[in-house]
Amino acid sequence: MTDLKTLESDVLAQVAAAADLSALDAVRVAAIGKTGSISGLLKTLGAMSPEERKDRGAAINALRDVVQTALAEKKAALETAALDARLASETLDLTLPAPHRRKGSVHPTMQTMDEMIAIFAEMGFAVAEGPDIEDDFHNFTALNFPEKHPAREMHDTFFFNPKDSGERMLLRTHTSPVQVRTMVSQTPPIRIIAPGRTYRCDNDATHTPVFHQVEGLVIDKGIHMGHLKWTLETFLARFFETDAVTTQFRPHHFPFTEPSAEMDVQCDRSGGEIKIGQGTSWLEILGCGMVHPNVLRACGIDPDEYQGFAFGMGVDRLGMLKYGMPDLRDMWSSDTRWLSHYGFSAFAAPNAASGLS
Amino acid sequence: MKFTLSWLKDHLETTATAPEIVAAMTMAGLEVEHVTDPATKLAAFTVARIVEAVQHPNADRLRVCQVETVDGMKEIVCGAPNARAGLTTIYAPIGAYVPGLDVTLALKPVRGVVSNGMLCSASELEAASESDGIMDLPGDLAVGTPAATALGLEAVIDFEVTPNRPDWLGVAGIARDLAAAGLGTLKDLSIDPVAGTFPCPISVKVDGEACPVFAGRLIRGVKNGPSPQWLQDRLLAIGLRPISALVDITNLISYDRARPLHVYDAAKLSGSEISTRLGRHGQNGDEHLIALDGKTYELTPDMCVIADASGERPIGLGGVMGGESTGCSDETTDVFVESAWFEPIRIAQTGRTTGIKSDAQYRFARTVDTGSVVPGVELATKLILELCGGEPSEIVVAGTAPAAPTGFGFEPDYVEQLAGLAVTPERTRQILSDLGFDIQLGSPWTVTPPSFRRDVAGKADLVEEVARIAGYGALPSTPLPEVPRAVGGILTPRQARGRVARRALAAAGYAEALTWSFTNQKTAALFGGGAPELVLANPIASELDCMRPSLLPNLIEAAGRNARKGFPDAALFEIGPTFHGDRPQDQRTMVSAILVPRAPRGWDKAAQDDLFTLKADLLALLEELGAPVDKLQTAQGSASTWWHPGRSARLQLGPKAVMAEFGELHPAVLKALDVTGPVYGFEITLDAIPEPKKKATKGRPAFSPSPLMPLTRDFAFLVEKTRPAGDLVRAAAGADKALIAAVQVFDVYEGPGVPDGFKSVALEVVVQPREATLTEAEIEALSARIVAAAEKAGGKLRG
Repeated sequence: MTDLKTLESDVLAQVAAAADLSALDAVRVAAIGKTGSISGLLKTLGAMSPEERKDRGAAINALRDVVQTALAEKKAALETAALDARLASETLDLTLPAPHRRKGSVHPTMQTMDEMIAIFAEMGFAVAEGPDIEDDFHNFTALNFPEKHPAREMHDTFFFNPKDSGERMLLRTHTSPVQVRTMVSQTPPIRIIAPGRTYRCDNDATHTPVFHQVEGLVIDKGIHMGHLKWTLETFLARFFETDAVTTQFRPHHFPFTEPSAEMDVQCDRSGGEIKIGQGTSWLEILGCGMVHPNVLRACGIDPDEYQGFAFGMGVDRLGMLKYGMPDLRDMWSSDTRWLSHYGFSAFAAPNAASGLS
Repeated sequence: MKFTLSWLKDHLETTATAPEIVAAMTMAGLEVEHVTDPATKLAAFTVARIVEAVQHPNADRLRVCQVETVDGMKEIVCGAPNARAGLTTIYAPIGAYVPGLDVTLALKPVRGVVSNGMLCSASELEAASESDGIMDLPGDLAVGTPAATALGLEAVIDFEVTPNRPDWLGVAGIARDLAAAGLGTLKDLSIDPVAGTFPCPISVKVDGEACPVFAGRLIRGVKNGPSPQWLQDRLLAIGLRPISALVDITNLISYDRARPLHVYDAAKLSGSEISTRLGRHGQNGDEHLIALDGKTYELTPDMCVIADASGERPIGLGGVMGGESTGCSDETTDVFVESAWFEPIRIAQTGRTTGIKSDAQYRFARTVDTGSVVPGVELATKLILELCGGEPSEIVVAGTAPAAPTGFGFEPDYVEQLAGLAVTPERTRQILSDLGFDIQLGSPWTVTPPSFRRDVAGKADLVEEVARIAGYGALPSTPLPEVPRAVGGILTPRQARGRVARRALAAAGYAEALTWSFTNQKTAALFGGGAPELVLANPIASELDCMRPSLLPNLIEAAGRNARKGFPDAALFEIGPTFHGDRPQDQRTMVSAILVPRAPRGWDKAAQDDLFTLKADLLALLEELGAPVDKLQTAQGSASTWWHPGRSARLQLGPKAVMAEFGELHPAVLKALDVTGPVYGFEITLDAIPEPKKKATKGRPAFSPSPLMPLTRDFAFLVEKTRPAGDLVRAAAGADKALIAAVQVFDVYEGPGVPDGFKSVALEVVVQPREATLTEAEIEALSARIVAAAEKAGGKLRG
């Protein structure tokens, strides 16, 4: 049986010495291939006596198993080494930067507008719109501004050049013309907000020639000033996302409302920053009132049957107060750093479930 | 407008402090802008008396004083030359803030002697602009008297008057409202007539158009000169310059009763008649007047002129400013007092034309009390007789004042109906009557506003009066009634699309900007706008004089501004209005974006094709917006003139249904805007995207994928270089719309093997069998149809 031992150590030595998969395969063929050394021994079994075959057969088969196992192990080892070598050669420096991708953003004023619309939508308001270029009737006359009255001058109106007919178009000074257009074209009950651009010939830290307003209008039977107060209180608490918002109504004058009011919100002004929901100062935040009977009449609504309220607020200003932008003019500067600093994620769309921003 | 507390107290019996009055004014509807209250500013300062003053041991100019103060005896070092025993002066304790020095007093030795406070000069208290030594006050002032009281300084309240309340332009009018609001008792405002002792030698005349009513009287033998100190102090406190007794009296009445007056030196009048008429437009241009401010004004035919010399010589601009020629001086002995009423609109117009903003103009433009014409003369007479002596004539009046307001019906219940505020009829009646309204009880009541409240013309106005005096704080907070909500949201499809566009572009890496709705006319013209009807008559700046026809120029200029600050890379978008005429339907909503690629250089040198990146962003956005992207034609080279002609296209359903334009901006346009290119961009007309068809439910059609494998076939065509590849793609896709699922360009090649002037375009056609696997013959037939279709589009199969 020494010949088998010699063969075994011989073949195992060849397996161990195989440097790659093809060399290993050559060893396999030479040992257990069709004409291999061990295969040759197995063929001799047929010519043996049963006793001889019993011993010799077991030994040859054992030899074959040992060799097969050795071949399999060596193959696995060679494959692992080959993969390791390939992986080592494929190294990428992942500290290198990813391709540049720009970060987009939503403008804070438009985010604020979306927030306001979301809150009023919850309260049952629809959204109405009207043109920025208006005529005198919709911007002033129908809103009960007397002809050439000082109240008109206070609006710092942008005018276009008079036409041959003498008519002079203007840029709407407030979103209130949309009230008129809505009341003329719809029958009560009416519950709308009208967001949009408005224009005044004015430019400083707290006034820009273009700004955004959201106008509100509710016309129905039995709507009174208490409803107005609740609507605005509820809006402001939801908008500033705090229960601590304290407001006050203060008499004011607008030609298109009677009684008229301004609403102030309590705030803290110490430290040059305005904090809503704290402190003891008051900050004027919006104008409002009960729609003037003359306005209702001008729009074909009987003031003895229907009454209601209107309000208007500055979107840019509310955004500034909520999010702490110090200067209104920056809102219009399109400075990419400012937009990135104060802008909102595309995915911060306001909704009732996750909040406003 | 300003007033002082003591002036208010002439008309209002009250113990209220300045802060209480300010709060009550605010809640009555008077917007207080600013309060200068010396009592607050000087709260720490009190009257003190120097008991002993001795030389400082270590300094020649200093004295060490023993001072009797509100805090007991104090040793105070003082450098003032007038610091002497027995002097009554003002003491500031340690810790007080001295406004004139802008320091807070600290306890520290002065040349070795500790000073326990400070003795103050008038300038240190900001009671005078300069002073010589510490205050020297009357000896009868008690030690501890507040400085503000001792110096007679009082609060000045500065407030804004809304245009509906001209009666608040007089202190008496404010007193009336504050009394109604419960702040005190209104004193008697009635004016006693002064009987004339002789017929007025000067007659007055109105022409019925320029001025409805003109009244006056002559007072002869007056002695003009500086007005008494109390009157000067009163005017100075509210920022008016005392001139002479006669003029100061008219100013006093203007601010006290909102009743402007004018005084003429009768000796300077020409003739014996003063008349009012419109300005005259003569052959040599308009008439002129040298007004009291020394300036010359043209008198146009829509102004009211006061004239003498039989109407020939203008001596005043009625209701605005008097003329220099007949003004009063210290030599005036006979004075004619004018009290008239002028049309608010005419006066407002005259103010705008002349630029004059006088106290009279401001009041007349806002409507002066029509009932104050003769009482105005009487009050002036009383004061002139008191301060200047003299003898009054009878009063002359020409014309008639506009009729007093008439009464109207009012149900007191209407207060609760409109304001939601429960106020008893008794309280309503009390408030209205306190405010000067006449009430005839009945059903309904008849309420007549006073002549100074022409702003009140209906029952809603009365509700405001009652509500603001009862206090807006008492208004209830009543939830709005629930209303049925629109299912499926409240936004119109276009509004909803605007929101989607905003979020989609932000997610794609673009930053939303807001830019003015204006641009300048030249820029507008570059972008197809600039029509005369869109040019502003009064722009905020000359470079912002025209409504924008496109959002692009403003975005491009914004990128330019960023570049000049050192931040050249920009991807900006805006969603907003553009203007193509002045009618409502000429306004459109655009979604526009620009890409100015100046990103940091990449390490991998992979070339980014920015224009095609932008095209991908545009198509993805259009798909989000629900546009029929698969039906869109890309019309190369047909975009507007502000685009690079070879690198721009329209996306359209047809030539009349253009949804968007995109491409590289024209270099000449960028040069005009002073911006370095390239700049890529797109502009979507939101209104041009067709609205999706309304469906009954939100259910989608069943999902029925083909069980058969798709197969692909590649083709290469030779076409003229100038031919858009899109033509070939569209032709191939149209060869069999049922079977061909997609056509993609995978190679465009020019060079060896391709004839000059041609290019090779390679297409991969994806074929999706529908019912059965295609046979070789069927595939062959389809390929032949594709080749034939491409040939019609100018493509020749490459051999």
